[in-house]
Amino acid sequence: MKLKGRKVVGGKAEGELIVSQKPLSFLGGVDPETGIVTDAESDIRGQSIAGKILAFPRGKGSTVGSYVIYALKKNGKAPKAIIVGEAETIVATGAIIAGIPMVQGIDVSKLKSGTRVRVDADAGEVEVEEG
Amino acid sequence: MYLTKEEELILAGEYGYALQKAMEILVALGDIYGAERLIPIKSAQIAGVSYKNLGEAGIEFLRDFVNAGAKVSVYTTLNPAGIGDDEFMEKQREVLELYRAMGIEVTSTCTPYYGANLPKFGDHLAWSESSAVSFANSIIGARTNREGGPSSLASAIVGKTPEYGLHLDENRKATVKVKVEAKVKTFVDYSALGYHLGKALGNDVPYITGLKPESLDYLKELGASMAATGSIALYHVEGETPEYRNAISDGIETVTVEETDLRAVRESFSDDWSEIDMILIGCPHASLMEIKEIAELLRMRGRPLKIPLFITASRAVKALADSLGYTETIERYNGRIIADSCFVVSPIKGWYNGIATNSGKSAFYFRSFGFSVRLDDAERLIKEAP
Repeated sequence: MKLKGRKVVGGKAEGELIVSQKPLSFLGGVDPETGIVTDAESDIRGQSIAGKILAFPRGKGSTVGSYVIYALKKNGKAPKAIIVGEAETIVATGAIIAGIPMVQGIDVSKLKSGTRVRVDADAGEVEVEEG
Repeated sequence: MYLTKEEELILAGEYGYALQKAMEILVALGDIYGAERLIPIKSAQIAGVSYKNLGEAGIEFLRDFVNAGAKVSVYTTLNPAGIGDDEFMEKQREVLELYRAMGIEVTSTCTPYYGANLPKFGDHLAWSESSAVSFANSIIGARTNREGGPSSLASAIVGKTPEYGLHLDENRKATVKVKVEAKVKTFVDYSALGYHLGKALGNDVPYITGLKPESLDYLKELGASMAATGSIALYHVEGETPEYRNAISDGIETVTVEETDLRAVRESFSDDWSEIDMILIGCPHASLMEIKEIAELLRMRGRPLKIPLFITASRAVKALADSLGYTETIERYNGRIIADSCFVVSPIKGWYNGIATNSGKSAFYFRSFGFSVRLDDAERLIKEAP
């Protein structure tokens, strides 16, 4: 299955999906030291986003959350790529300063944690491996 | 989005890493929100100053940005800093030094317009700090979106912002008419009205009728409370704010605010004095008029407060209060004026557990931090307090 969205930050990545079906707050919601989601309202609470392809509908919370994404990258705990339904300032800015490929305009409800995907952010494409 | 030749070069990294990253942020935001071009800004106001919010992550980014040669290219002021223990204050000082190294005026106030950074009508800005955004848009008629800390910093460095949202005439029109039938007269009435409207409307542009604010500070509080409980960045008040004449169009919905709506807000913040261990005035930072009023109220009370009274204000306003003798009066009654800081962004839970305030914005935040909250006018608070 190939999903078409739009580029926010260019680049390519391949890996295992972790999908939150709820909006995600980075400040207070993701531990920048470990990459583990701590947001009490999140459906992926307790799971790590480090080294995975992270998908969620949209960002929420404080704009300082951008800096948490940057810290994740510096600590080696960042996701390999970010996929969102709708881009907004917090996550887009975080992905830019951290240099993480990011695609927007993807229907995240079609994605499931654990499946393998290829992200071509330059083309705005997400390819989901079948099976 | 259309970019000039120079903007293309910045984006390609010809002017270094910091400018390139800043430009990438602006271009991405422009694409996300459908801007056609970048426009020059007159000033920036940066949030993301308190170490409580920034944390190590923020400091690390700012340090890397400074090392990469980041410098602001327009006049830029800062949001308030936090107050904490010695370790916290050391980190806080480092944050301020990093911002200073970028050429930012380290004023640290949410009311830059009472001092260093006063825009004029029609100016394009890139301001974060939701209450200042509301003030600039609504009361002055300047134009800024509700920026975040990082995006306002990017704009300060480039000196431009993507032209979308509230920079465009068509988005400054009212989207809802608000008919105020409740009695709204005192400061705390404006707090309660703002609190109620932010919750009820979310991110509308309200056109409010039925208000005759006695003071600019009342409108400041109205906007701050609305922007705290909702994400309102612009409101119009009939007969009062500079853009109300062209703001209204036919066919928009009308909502009515009744006495019961405001009473509900005040009743939800009526914790008993036995649970209150400090009084907080100055959210957003107090004007000289507000400080003068507090000094007079304390003199009328005639005896010192048993719990401390804190008034937060900009350094500029505190300097005036100092030289005019108000600070001395306030201190005589167990009050203090705290310059360039903010309790909302300070780790003070445990030091204090209950606050009495006249600010709807403070009431909203401190309740969310688990504090007991009593919301009332300064006059009544100072009269009734132990």
